[in-house]
Amino acid sequence: MFGVLGPNGAGKTTMIKVFTTLLLPTSGAARVLGLDVVANTGEVRRKIGFVFGGDRGLYGRISGLDNLRFFAELYDVPVREQRRRIESLLELVGLRGRERERVEGYSRGMRQRLHIARGLLHDPPVVFLDEPTLGVDPVGARELREVITGLAAAGKTVLLTTHYMFEADALCDRIAVIAGGRIVAEGTPQELKAGVREARVIEIEVFGDAEEPAAAMRTLNGVRAVTVTTHDQAQLITAETEPNAELTPALLAQVDGAAVGRVAVREITLEDAYVSLVREA
Amino acid sequence: MKVLRVILACWWLNLKNLSRSAFFLLTAVMAPVLLSTIAFYMFQAGGRPGTLLYAALGSAVYGIWSSTLFGSGGAIQWQRWGGTLELLVASPAPFVFAVAGFTLATATLGIYSLVATLAWGTLLFDVPLDLAHPALFVAAIPVTVLSLGLLGLVLASTFVLYRNANALSNMLEYAVLLATGMLVPLSLLPGWVTPIAWVLAPTWGIRAIRDAALGGDPVFAIAMALALAGVYLALGAALIANLERLARQRGTLSLA
Repeated sequence: MFGVLGPNGAGKTTMIKVFTTLLLPTSGAARVLGLDVVANTGEVRRKIGFVFGGDRGLYGRISGLDNLRFFAELYDVPVREQRRRIESLLELVGLRGRERERVEGYSRGMRQRLHIARGLLHDPPVVFLDEPTLGVDPVGARELREVITGLAAAGKTVLLTTHYMFEADALCDRIAVIAGGRIVAEGTPQELKAGVREARVIEIEVFGDAEEPAAAMRTLNGVRAVTVTTHDQAQLITAETEPNAELTPALLAQVDGAAVGRVAVREITLEDAYVSLVREA
Repeated sequence: MKVLRVILACWWLNLKNLSRSAFFLLTAVMAPVLLSTIAFYMFQAGGRPGTLLYAALGSAVYGIWSSTLFGSGGAIQWQRWGGTLELLVASPAPFVFAVAGFTLATATLGIYSLVATLAWGTLLFDVPLDLAHPALFVAAIPVTVLSLGLLGLVLASTFVLYRNANALSNMLEYAVLLATGMLVPLSLLPGWVTPIAWVLAPTWGIRAIRDAALGGDPVFAIAMALALAGVYLALGAALIANLERLARQRGTLSLA
């Protein structure tokens, strides 16, 4: 399973649309299983499946089963095999028992699972998944990840794009980080994490203004980068420091007077590696 | 065989999908019923006997035309909005036959209009339903649906590339209603309209249905409608292949 990470506008979806023959490249070439996506469009289409995130891309007024039957016809799945294939896919994505309901009544998670079943109807060796868990609740997303893991286990090549770092870390064998339409790093999740300069990461949860103390922290010797993210009522200041510098007291001194919640020192995560790579790009 | 499966799958899906749209059904039934009511009063006021069925059939074919026009553009536009257009294009099924299936379904739904108009005329205006050639009348209906559906394919092709093609298609509704003799006989229109009418399937569709119902020779009109259907298929295929490539170049397949 190959993951593609990148900020909004980096070109992830554009790349997938070129691979899935929905966009013609303005220059260069793209191949799937050795087949050129422009010269061998028909053959590529027969050998790939794709799933785009979100709840569009289904016929809402008809049932999930009718949607699957329709796409099975478009993908020329032999009539004799359709029933067996559809039943096993409904089982795989956990929609057994709901397939006769109209899709317009499905939850987002159910739609996404139906999308995956649709993308696998013709048993393609290569599957493109563009943010498949987008907008799905945590339980639904976990179930979808199990389905996706099953695809790789079944021997399919999967190309996955996601904004969720833990998802990429957990699912992908290799990852490429793209920014501005270019690959800025590529490797296993471990290699990407190791590729980031050795550092300590200190997280300080603050209730109240965090921008001012963060600005002060950036001026400290030994501090490489400071970011602020909002989590409900709290602001999380993440400071990346030199590996041997013990800067926790100095950093805490900058938030003196503010209500401080959790303080933690942790290992580099894939998200740290990603932020660092994208910032340097 | 494969092509037929694709056409049938798309035809059946769209028929099922649109049959569950109250908006589409109401439009398909109400518009021709309103038009036929006006036509009935106009023809009644004219005081010539035997013209009420003429008016009813004209309104009925208008219903098929209106449904085709509205639905054919919609077949592409609604799918673009719903995110299914990309799925159709990226499937190995020939896109032109998928679109043909969708537009033929919208023309088929025009049969609702035909039935509603004839029932309305019979029940409220005592329109006599005495058919001169019942078998040819029955044959003329699917031929008309086929030729209009494939004219819809030509119209739908423009929607693949142009998101606002409905501005043009909306304009065509009444122009075609007038130019094809659905309401007013072609002989009463200026001479320059005739060649335009000849290349439009509704002209031959309405002539075939009227000749079969009121007496005349509908076979030539049926043959012309079939020949035009073939021309529309070839034209639609060429246009769709071209416009699909352009849409993939410009990235407009997913833009709402």
